[in-house]
Amino acid sequence: MKCRKCGAKAALNMRQHRLALCAEHFLEWLPDQTQRFIQKYRMFLPEERILVAVSGGKDSLSLWDILSRLGYSADGLYIDLGIDHGTGYSTVSRQKAAAFAESHMLKLLIVDVPATLGASIPTAARLTHRGAQKPCSVCGMTKRHIMNRMARDLGYDVLATGHNLDDEAAVLFGNTLTWATGYLARQGPVLDAETGFVRKVKPFCRLYERETAAYALLRGIDYVYEECPLADGATSIFYKDVLSRMETERPGIKLAFYLSFLQARLGGFLAAPSSIAASEMHPCPACGQPTTSVDVCSFCRTWNAVRTRREAEGPGE
Amino acid sequence: MPAEMILRDKTYPIPSGMTIRHALEKIGVNPDTVLPTRDGELLTDDELIRDGDRIRLIAVISGGRSPSAGSPHGSAI
Ligand code: SF4
Ligand SMILES: [Zn+2]
Ligand SMILES: [Zn+2]
Repeated sequence: MKCRKCGAKAALNMRQHRLALCAEHFLEWLPDQTQRFIQKYRMFLPEERILVAVSGGKDSLSLWDILSRLGYSADGLYIDLGIDHGTGYSTVSRQKAAAFAESHMLKLLIVDVPATLGASIPTAARLTHRGAQKPCSVCGMTKRHIMNRMARDLGYDVLATGHNLDDEAAVLFGNTLTWATGYLARQGPVLDAETGFVRKVKPFCRLYERETAAYALLRGIDYVYEECPLADGATSIFYKDVLSRMETERPGIKLAFYLSFLQARLGGFLAAPSSIAASEMHPCPACGQPTTSVDVCSFCRTWNAVRTRREAEGPGE
Repeated sequence: MPAEMILRDKTYPIPSGMTIRHALEKIGVNPDTVLPTRDGELLTDDELIRDGDRIRLIAVISGGRSPSAGSPHGSAI
């Protein structure tokens, strides 16, 4: 198969776009596509400051790479969750993120959860009801809080994450099966800033996971191949698998599914984002982040409980 | 000399002479979920497998990422 642009041997065939490209042209094409979507969905402007949530995985590192190649001012944020489980997951992914930043002369901010909050995610999950069975709940809430606080406190205009089309289509598929209209109304390439919350964008939302993986490979990006050992990915992997099988029969169906959803959303077929009335929001008395709870926010409540229980347990984990 | 395909820690012996796509079908791997490489070079799946080839498959589908905003689990990276 030959590259459509130069006729050399193709490295990647994208049946969904009826497009095959050689390594060199693919490495030009993907940033061009990303730039197109940044503009199309009005994610951010060239002068805005971007904070990229970096996990050490292929998507977030490729995103960081592309944004800086496109000339945006993008710093990275790595959150060390203290997850080991025999695989040294956090240590390895932190090293990959730091090595990437160093070799590309980019600025990486690191928040160490065990050091700043007093316990690792697995410990916090063990000590709370919220996380007893599912560390991802405590973890996701903690990451959301840290990302928003860092972006806000340090004056970033926007927070960018590496979610790709396969991630978005899988979430959409799940939410459609249960008609979770509240979630559907909030899913999209951009989540606008609301009182106390910084704008969130997903510049890769229209790129296939196969494309972002090929980009990382061809650019020689050294990323963590392993997944988080605590991942409860069964459902999302199942949806991704179903969608990929449909994709094999009908190339482009994943993209069409996502794009027609965005179209419907734009056309008002889903309720307007059910943003909680601004009046119900107030700053958390402990940390200052917006919350609807009467007392401190759920982040503060959870982590206060973790610290109290840790002290009760005494030293040693 | 036979050829082989490697996915994670599994090795599949495959006959040479067929296309990568055909070989993937034979071993039951969806071609949309992997990137085939030979000596680190990315290949399209119409490529013919030669004697002695070691085709390393890079899995592209990740599952354990924290869900994005708009999902029942919240947001993240
Ligand atoms: S898989 Fe769960 S525990 Fe692991 S990083 Fe993601 S949200 Fe956190
Ligand atoms: Zn070319
Ligand atoms: Zn708080």
